[in-house]
Amino acid sequence: MSWTGVRRVVGPPLAAVGLALLVAALVLVVSGADPLVAFGNIWEYGSRLETVIESFNRATPLYLSGIAFAIAMRMNLFQIGVEGQYILAAFFAAYIGAGVGSLFPPLHIAIILLTAMIVGAAWAGLAGWMKVTRNVHEVISTIMLNAIAVSGVVSFLLGRWKIESESLDTRLGDIAMTGWFPSLNPIVELVTREIKRVELTGFILVAALVGLAYHLIINRSRLGYDLRATGANPWAAEASGVPPKRTIVLAMLLSGAVAGLVGMADLLGDQHFYSLRFPQGLGFAGIAVALLGRNHAVGAAVAALAFGWLERASGVLEVRGDAPREIVTIMVAVIILFAVIAYALAQRRRRIEAAAAASAQVESTAGAEEADT
Amino acid sequence: MSVAVRLQGITKRFPGVLANDRIDLVVEAGEIHAICGENGAGKSTLMKILYGMQAPDEGSIEVLEQERTFSSPREAIDVGIGMVHQHFMLADNLTVMENVILGAEPARRSLIDFATARSRLRELGDAYGLALDLDDAVGTLEVGERQRIEIIKILYRGARILILDEPTAVLVPQEVEELFRNLRELKAEGHTIIFIDHKLDEVLEIADTITVLRQGRSVARVKPEDVTAQDLAELMVGSELPTPETREVTVTDRTAVEVRGISVVDEAGVTRLRDVSFSVQCGEIVGVAGVEGNGQGELVEAILGIAPVTGGSIHLHGDDVTGWSVRQRREAGLGYIPEDRHRRGLLLPAPVWENGILGHQTRRRFLSSGVWIDEDASRDHASNVVERFDVRTPGVHTPVHALSGGNQQKLVVGRELATECNPLIAAHPTRGIDVGSQAAVWEDLRRARAEGLGLLLISADLEELIGLSDTLLVMLRGEIVARLDPAKVTPRELGAYMTGAAA
Repeated sequence: MSWTGVRRVVGPPLAAVGLALLVAALVLVVSGADPLVAFGNIWEYGSRLETVIESFNRATPLYLSGIAFAIAMRMNLFQIGVEGQYILAAFFAAYIGAGVGSLFPPLHIAIILLTAMIVGAAWAGLAGWMKVTRNVHEVISTIMLNAIAVSGVVSFLLGRWKIESESLDTRLGDIAMTGWFPSLNPIVELVTREIKRVELTGFILVAALVGLAYHLIINRSRLGYDLRATGANPWAAEASGVPPKRTIVLAMLLSGAVAGLVGMADLLGDQHFYSLRFPQGLGFAGIAVALLGRNHAVGAAVAALAFGWLERASGVLEVRGDAPREIVTIMVAVIILFAVIAYALAQRRRRIEAAAAASAQVESTAGAEEADT
Repeated sequence: MSVAVRLQGITKRFPGVLANDRIDLVVEAGEIHAICGENGAGKSTLMKILYGMQAPDEGSIEVLEQERTFSSPREAIDVGIGMVHQHFMLADNLTVMENVILGAEPARRSLIDFATARSRLRELGDAYGLALDLDDAVGTLEVGERQRIEIIKILYRGARILILDEPTAVLVPQEVEELFRNLRELKAEGHTIIFIDHKLDEVLEIADTITVLRQGRSVARVKPEDVTAQDLAELMVGSELPTPETREVTVTDRTAVEVRGISVVDEAGVTRLRDVSFSVQCGEIVGVAGVEGNGQGELVEAILGIAPVTGGSIHLHGDDVTGWSVRQRREAGLGYIPEDRHRRGLLLPAPVWENGILGHQTRRRFLSSGVWIDEDASRDHASNVVERFDVRTPGVHTPVHALSGGNQQKLVVGRELATECNPLIAAHPTRGIDVGSQAAVWEDLRRARAEGLGLLLISADLEELIGLSDTLLVMLRGEIVARLDPAKVTPRELGAYMTGAAA
């Protein structure tokens, strides 16, 4: 890629981050805190190895969630049901994972992951099915399905399937150790130092594989071509032979299957059971990741890492200095807002330049013809 | 007579391009002034400058004897200039009235005053003979009616100077006559009309004065009574006006596509196509004439497989494909040049090379191992189309929305011809492209025919239909009402069949 190409890709989000820092500084000054001290604290804490690892752990589900959203988005489906899909998927995967007891580890993990992907795909597929048979808009159906999944199915079944425990948390049983995903700490420690308290989730490799598959399938395969064609112009895609209904359902199934993996980093790498305290909100956070990352496999990874780091590194504000931790929420919001604006501006400029280049071509060919005669 | 618009020395540069080169244009008040020129001659740029969409680098704009500089269309509208774009800017779900007043709603206590709007629109409609039902949803209207809405829209905003960008490109002959009647009416009321067109007979019929542009320069200002179509064509391109005639017969005994008694009933229960039968042989061009909206669109969609048929059968190369999907039919060789390239034919944000395989993405030659798009092969294919069909683009990576309309059309036509489709359904294949490219497309279609292509040609250009076709069908109200020999029919007779006047 040329230097201008790089600048165009990296420019808008960097500008957004810069502006976000500025706005955050302003808010801090107004609220009576010293922004330099606050940023200094975040940076100092954020650059510790343990915080970086926590950021990666946080970024892993964010990334998967972003990719799940992006798959549907590439064909103009606004799939905001990742939230319900991953929670429902994690719940069933935890139930089955605990229920099967101890197994040969790869088999155990495969069963859990497959369950999660099937449940996620089914729940998203339901929205796709409603769209093609009943013309229900996916925003409406996925929002409803979110509520049904979290407040309905999971709450109801959790009440039935919970186990007795000393803690006040309502929870399912533990997944046996054969269903735990290995930590990457030993590998990281080879090149750094001994890591305390935290473990780098091995699931990050799965997320990377999903990202790679996403890129290859969407951008390189015939199936991805059909998907993108439908996203760019459903009427032209239909005339070109893409079956519109089947493609919608397929996109939702793929998106849902990836959504099903969102909760797996926490389930297999950290908690090993499902409870009321299982992380929530990852589905909606994924929308921001996809947005900032422009539905691009690498872009979304950068966005997920940025959000993950900001969230983890800002933890220090609760114990040190007088800046409120919420400042990071403001920063994330501002980054998203400005990134959207910056992308829109950049795209507009590209369009104008492309049009000018095309008419330049017309002119120069015409000129060349004139010179020929 | 006073001068409505005077442009002097208008120059507009884009990076590396001189789109307008010291153009002078004088339009007198109350006249119909035609601006002709090939695609890329600078017509649209000039009009965008007059309408305030772009600022000239040099030159002056005078409107009604007053020097003006516009920084937006708003300012042009304020001094009484209105523009009807080639692609209509209407909201399908809104009614005619809502569309017209959109952005300029009469208000009473911050609510829209529909009663006032209605009476004002009635007045406008009566004054200019622009009959419209104000409560129809725009989505249900024909092209000609949509155009009338656009005209009323700018009249409603007080336009006295109307710019029409290729208004006849989308109309059938009867609608063109209707439009011309409206324009004459507007002229009689004292409006000034600037009319962009490259159909020379129309220009000669309607214009009071003609300005010809070529390669960004104004090369002539003539009166229609002083020139012939031939003269105008030479001014525009410096070469002879080509004709679409097909000479030798190449029809074979192999049937490319055959429809037997197909009928289509739409969702509302209205019969759109009734018992239509015909066949197209390899090496044959079958032309379909008809006023727009008489079932041609449904016929195309039925053959393509987008719209289900309620009766009859469709055969490709002898196979009954009635139950086949669009993809299966495309894979059997069916090619398609859609009536509306933006809607059915192109992925505007996608690059040229991706558009070059649209509709053929399942072909072995564009795939590697059956599942991956072979980007090298696809790019080579696109380069080949660009070169062979003279698509003017900086490269195959340029997004298609950056190309001009004529070049987009050439890309679509070239794609279908370069992928050796057979049969090919072509709806208005030369719509919106200039005379030079039009001749090239005709030549390409003829060559493909000689090589055995079976072509179903739907067109509103009667010269094109008569000139290219081996057989002519006329459609009226969803039925085929006549089968004519193009060698023995004149455009006038054909027009009579199309409107049901002859039978």
